[in-house]
Amino acid sequence: MIEFKQVSKRFGSVVALDGVNIHFPKGSICGLFGPNGAGKSTIMKLITGINYPDQGEVKVRGASPKAQRQLVAYLPEVDHLYPWWNLAQAARFMSVFYPDWDEGRCKELLSFLRLDEGMILGKISKGQRAKAKLLMVLSRRAPYLLLDEPFSGIDLLTREEIAHALIKGYREGEQTLIISTHEIDEIESLVDQVVFIDQGRIQLQSDAEQLRMERNKSLVEIMKEVFRNGSQQV
Amino acid sequence: MKFDNSWPIYMQIIDEFKKSIIRTELKPGDKIPSQREYAQKVRVNPNTVQRAYREMENLGMVETLRGQGTFVVAGEDKRQEMAMEMANTIMQHFILQMRSLGYQDKAMLAMLTQHLELEEDEQVDRV
Repeated sequence: MIEFKQVSKRFGSVVALDGVNIHFPKGSICGLFGPNGAGKSTIMKLITGINYPDQGEVKVRGASPKAQRQLVAYLPEVDHLYPWWNLAQAARFMSVFYPDWDEGRCKELLSFLRLDEGMILGKISKGQRAKAKLLMVLSRRAPYLLLDEPFSGIDLLTREEIAHALIKGYREGEQTLIISTHEIDEIESLVDQVVFIDQGRIQLQSDAEQLRMERNKSLVEIMKEVFRNGSQQV
Repeated sequence: MKFDNSWPIYMQIIDEFKKSIIRTELKPGDKIPSQREYAQKVRVNPNTVQRAYREMENLGMVETLRGQGTFVVAGEDKRQEMAMEMANTIMQHFILQMRSLGYQDKAMLAMLTQHLELEEDEQVDRV
């Protein structure tokens, strides 16, 4: 379980998060939805312990994010792997760094995602690089997986492949998955919890099926509604 | 399988299994896919599939035996009950929609009969 209590964060004069309360339940797949600049990446970075809140508290399984770093696998929005590495080298680096690395899982996902160990990160397509980044995260047995914009700028077919790999790699009950995106379409049937964020504030947080039941609308439609009325609701 | 995203997905999963049982494609004793297999096949959240399976157990449609899998247990009585229930829902929906278009009962009935006859003719033609 990950919890945010009255968390605020500024970068200079920019308010990134403004008194945010969130609860990511254990074992769920959470969608963190919002337009660019809403505060999604800031939330991710606070969970990983890369950034600290100015005010409020972030707890990962009851302790500070910094103390729980080994429990969290993080896929950042930027390319974080050396471009001259091939996939085997990147995987070896990860396996040394993280004791929860699962080599069998890595091999399985490698072929599922139609990747090859010899592929050099700097020389493959954007879609293949996105899949390679995903591979590095899903091959860990970490209880918390954070994916920051895993679909951004990726073609439709690859996005579907990624969504499929997420279901395949997910360990029910054990893992908590947080996916941030501004494109809900691909993961509409993938998430069970949703958090809508805009301008550093939580606009809505709920169970996905509950929302569909209550509003008789898809998450995409609900998102449009929430962000159109956002300023009035707060 | 394509889901309607504006309606709870676990309910749509249950309805699919109900239909298969009603059409007797699934019979008592038949094994259905494991939750994991099913989630991957239809590409939905495994937690959502778990919810659907749990609900199907509560409804007396299936039973999960530890280490063996999930099996259909709905017998003939249950099958008829489910068929009736689903058919009723469809009829209510149909009537409501037709009324909202301004159709009176007689016109509605006439139109239904006409359509059924038309379909029958087409089938005869094809033969």
